Amino acid sequence: MKLNLAIAQINTRLGNIQANLEKHLSLARQAWQDGMDVLVFPELSLTGYVLQDLVPAVACRAESEDPIFHHLLDASRDIDLVVGFVDEDRRHRFYIASAYLSQGKVVHIHHKVYLPTYGLFDEGRFFALGASVRAFDTRFGRFGMLICEDFWHASPPYLLWLDGADLFLLTSASPGRGLNGGPKLESSAWVEHTNRAYASLFTIFVAHANRTGFEDGLNFWGGSTIFDPDGRLVLQAAYFEEALLKTEIDLNQLHRTRSRLPLLRDERPELVQHELERILHGRN
Amino acid sequence: MEEIKLSIDVNLVRKILTGFIHDEITRASYSRAVVNLSGGIDSAVSFFLAVEALGAQNVLAIRLPYKSSSADSLEHSRLLIDQTGSPSVTIPITDMVDPLINREAEMNAVRKGNIMARARMIVAYDQSEVFKGLVLGTGNKTEILLGYTTLFGDSACALNPIGDLYKTQVRQLAHALAIPEVIISKPPSADLWAGQTDEGELGFSYENVDKLLFLLVDQRYRPEECVEAGFDEKFVHAVVERIRKYQFKRTLPPIAKLSSRTVGYDFLYLRDWGT
Repeated sequence: MKLNLAIAQINTRLGNIQANLEKHLSLARQAWQDGMDVLVFPELSLTGYVLQDLVPAVACRAESEDPIFHHLLDASRDIDLVVGFVDEDRRHRFYIASAYLSQGKVVHIHHKVYLPTYGLFDEGRFFALGASVRAFDTRFGRFGMLICEDFWHASPPYLLWLDGADLFLLTSASPGRGLNGGPKLESSAWVEHTNRAYASLFTIFVAHANRTGFEDGLNFWGGSTIFDPDGRLVLQAAYFEEALLKTEIDLNQLHRTRSRLPLLRDERPELVQHELERILHGRN
Repeated sequence: MEEIKLSIDVNLVRKILTGFIHDEITRASYSRAVVNLSGGIDSAVSFFLAVEALGAQNVLAIRLPYKSSSADSLEHSRLLIDQTGSPSVTIPITDMVDPLINREAEMNAVRKGNIMARARMIVAYDQSEVFKGLVLGTGNKTEILLGYTTLFGDSACALNPIGDLYKTQVRQLAHALAIPEVIISKPPSADLWAGQTDEGELGFSYENVDKLLFLLVDQRYRPEECVEAGFDEKFVHAVVERIRKYQFKRTLPPIAKLSSRTVGYDFLYLRDWGT
């Protein structure tokens, strides 16, 4: 089975949700016209990243009555969409969220489970922690979504893998940092390195949508990637420039790679569970 | 001493900094910038980056000599203006600052230097209004950390592209931008009196202090670890104290908190809010 996968590597306007929505709708139309099946937008693609006190003002709900999601759900009748937004729950807690929309419906919402609150990051001050990591079924197979810091930790990708995700849709608004004399920022090198590792270790497809542009002095480096189950780079967008990255991936490669390398077959989650019980609860 | 590398990939840095200038100026609904050119390397680098980001015609070069300024400073700025073809103005500040300086029989060099730096800021912001361009900063990471700057003077700007580059890194970028060698190789100076140099005034070389600052700030070394790495103990402590002492130049003035929501504490928005 072939999947036409697109990544919208975009800049956003900080707190201007209407302008960002229009950009989403225009790119969704373009990707659909180009024959794409799925289009992935970066973290907080509807709102911008360093929201601080703007968080409550830009929050929305992924449902058809919502004036923003109404349009996105409409667009998802033509092409599946992953959009980044601030989700406000019924008790008025705010989450950094990704929604998978397909055929006019919300298929899955992921709330970011790791909120970096160190160095230049201050997410824990403004957002609530997500409480679950779940794979979900789509019309193209079982996928998983994680947001930025979620995949700086090894456990959420591992959980998605065990939960059946064969394609990771990773999104970020990653501020570029770290000069070391080389042609790549240390932050870019780190993310590419780990995403390639997930693809290799889990024999899965890993798509990463990162944003571009600036917010005050922070740069967002783009460089979105798609890795295949052999850990090979399928395609990468330019650094720092907006792009609509499009490629056809052959999901049958999962069959070929896992015939050769049965890491999933041989994985022993019960062993992990046993040792976690011991580590966390002192049980032998 | 172990080798401390401050080398940068100039193409990567250039790409980010020209993008920063272009994005931040256009987001603020401007398309132009103004830069005070001192004839030194820092303002030359900011100026060339702005020209690359916005186009030569959209960057106004401002020269602001005082009567005791070195003739080389004006000449070196002229080289940069000729190289880019940017518009320029030359406004001597002597008639602005001398009436204040001459009110006293003797005024020390620090006061005179601060007055000149602030007079130059006034002209830059006035030209900003005339040219409809934002004031570009020219302070590097070394001088920001050492507080070697005049508050509301040369430190005043709308945005600063080079404030996260140490002086030695600015030199690397200057080579890549084809800034004339005579500007890169001359001793850095505030040019307030004949023979003044930064390194003479600070008491150490940029090359040495940049390596120490890199360990202390970027690599989060403790002071004693810097001494173990081979730096002189007195030098380390002098620099650590200097960083602490000049924190006030790196922050907005604190507002006394009274209400439940106060600017600077819990009224938090980026400048790019809404753009």
